[in-house]
Amino acid sequence: MATVILDDSGTPRRRGSALAARMGQSTERIVLGTAFIAVLFVVWDLVTVLGIEPPIILPSPAGVASALRSLFSSSDIWADFAASGKELCYGLALAAAVGIAAGLAIGWYTRLGYFVDPLISFLYAVPRVALGPLLVVWLGIGLSSKVALVFLISVFPVLVNTSSGVRSLDPHLVRVAHCFGASDLKIFRTIALPGSVPFILGGLRLAVGQSLIGVFVAELLGAQHGIGAMIDNAGQQFQTDIVFAGLLIFAAAGMLLTAIVRWLERRFDAWRV
Amino acid sequence: MAIAQASMLPEEVALAGRVSRTSGEASDYLHVRKASIAYAGRGAEIILAIDRIDLSVDRGEFVCLLGPSGCGKTTLLNAVAGFLAISSGALTFNGKPIDRPGPDRAMVFQQPGLLPWRNVLHNVTYGLEMSGRMRRREAAARAAALLELVGLADFAHSFPHQLSGGMQQRVNLARALAVEPELLLLDEPFASVDAQAREALQIELLAICNRAEVTALFVTHDVSEAVFLADRICVFSKRPGRIVREVRVRLPKPRDEVRLTPQFLTYVQEVAGVLGSAAPAASKTERSKEKRHGDGYPR
Repeated sequence: MATVILDDSGTPRRRGSALAARMGQSTERIVLGTAFIAVLFVVWDLVTVLGIEPPIILPSPAGVASALRSLFSSSDIWADFAASGKELCYGLALAAAVGIAAGLAIGWYTRLGYFVDPLISFLYAVPRVALGPLLVVWLGIGLSSKVALVFLISVFPVLVNTSSGVRSLDPHLVRVAHCFGASDLKIFRTIALPGSVPFILGGLRLAVGQSLIGVFVAELLGAQHGIGAMIDNAGQQFQTDIVFAGLLIFAAAGMLLTAIVRWLERRFDAWRV
Repeated sequence: MAIAQASMLPEEVALAGRVSRTSGEASDYLHVRKASIAYAGRGAEIILAIDRIDLSVDRGEFVCLLGPSGCGKTTLLNAVAGFLAISSGALTFNGKPIDRPGPDRAMVFQQPGLLPWRNVLHNVTYGLEMSGRMRRREAAARAAALLELVGLADFAHSFPHQLSGGMQQRVNLARALAVEPELLLLDEPFASVDAQAREALQIELLAICNRAEVTALFVTHDVSEAVFLADRICVFSKRPGRIVREVRVRLPKPRDEVRLTPQFLTYVQEVAGVLGSAAPAASKTERSKEKRHGDGYPR
């Protein structure tokens, strides 16, 4: 709070005090966010301790923790991690590569955009998890159908965002570049590409969330290993503590990936106000 | 201050085209003869932006195009820059017809148009990179010297959003000067800068142009700005734009203190008189229409 007062008193170093104010803000954010989680935990624990719900419906936090511990003490979990991790990483990497490349091309070449826009709108509108059974028929029950589903689910946010980033380039900057005799390639490299970086990263952030849905749904359609398969099995056997443990693993993976994208966004956004 | 900075101009920044400013016979430098520009308005309507304009600019001359907004002066500037083709007449630069933009003619727009993801130094090297005439390190050295010239040496590593509007416009000017243009085209470059910064920028621009012997074509609707900067003022009528009068401004340079002299005020009165009789205040509907089409780009 002291930082806010510092700001009001009009210290000569505006940058410094703005930074301090921002730091104060982020501390506040962390404190309030943590407090809410803590309250939720307490309520959850109370509900289980008081026996309002039986452990088979709602396991206690301690139960979930011990389930996690026993999961990590066996070696099966690593096979699950490896399977889900492969699906996620291959699918996401493919989605990023194809989504960025195709998005740049579609955004830059207007005619290509006209050509493929109807197809993209169609695929974007279809609930892509519904393509899962079809992919299993086409590609079998192994890794490739799962990677394909993750890819299909997460490629569109990247592609659509990237192309709209390229399309929204500042016409005034283009005129300046033309004035210096810049070629189209140079305009693409120096204006369209850097200008669309924030859009690309925004698309990646959406894709990360979507890709986890892809992993889970793909494993529901039949899998030997994988965190999603583990959750599915545990659910059928009413081992809700393992279901919860699996959910936590998914959540951790999602938060980790989002944090990476956020970090990238901050790195590239140094020039933003 | 401006003069001091200008005199620090290092030799390697000395700009191209420093030929004696007296060219005797009819100029073959920038030559506009009976140039008209028309473009399609809404529907079948054809709008004549400028009408049979004759203009010759000598090497080293500072010419202001002055007129009410929407009179076609920016259209003419865009044609000289090569953004816009003329509909009839002739438009030549160094004896060759102008058909496309080129780094021999650098444009300074009203909006700074800096790349937000590049720092100031790399914004100044941008034009050099685009015309691909210079190595990276040479370009950076030239940019640093030019930033010194416009008084922004300490801000080389700042980003555009950290600068004021006036400072951004100086970066814009430095970027244009970096490509060593023979002809500097300025489209109301100081219009969106506050009054105090504008006067400082005008003084600096004049000092830079004198020092580097740049030829300048400067569009403005501000009479005192035109008198302060110009060797010659071409006063435009309202659209279709024609040059109704040329006024030669014989005020000694440097002109840092000239605004306080009676001669300056006499020129301002004279030019304002010409402008007033050439372009009586447009009616409201006409003015809004001019605003729509006024920037001289076909749409």
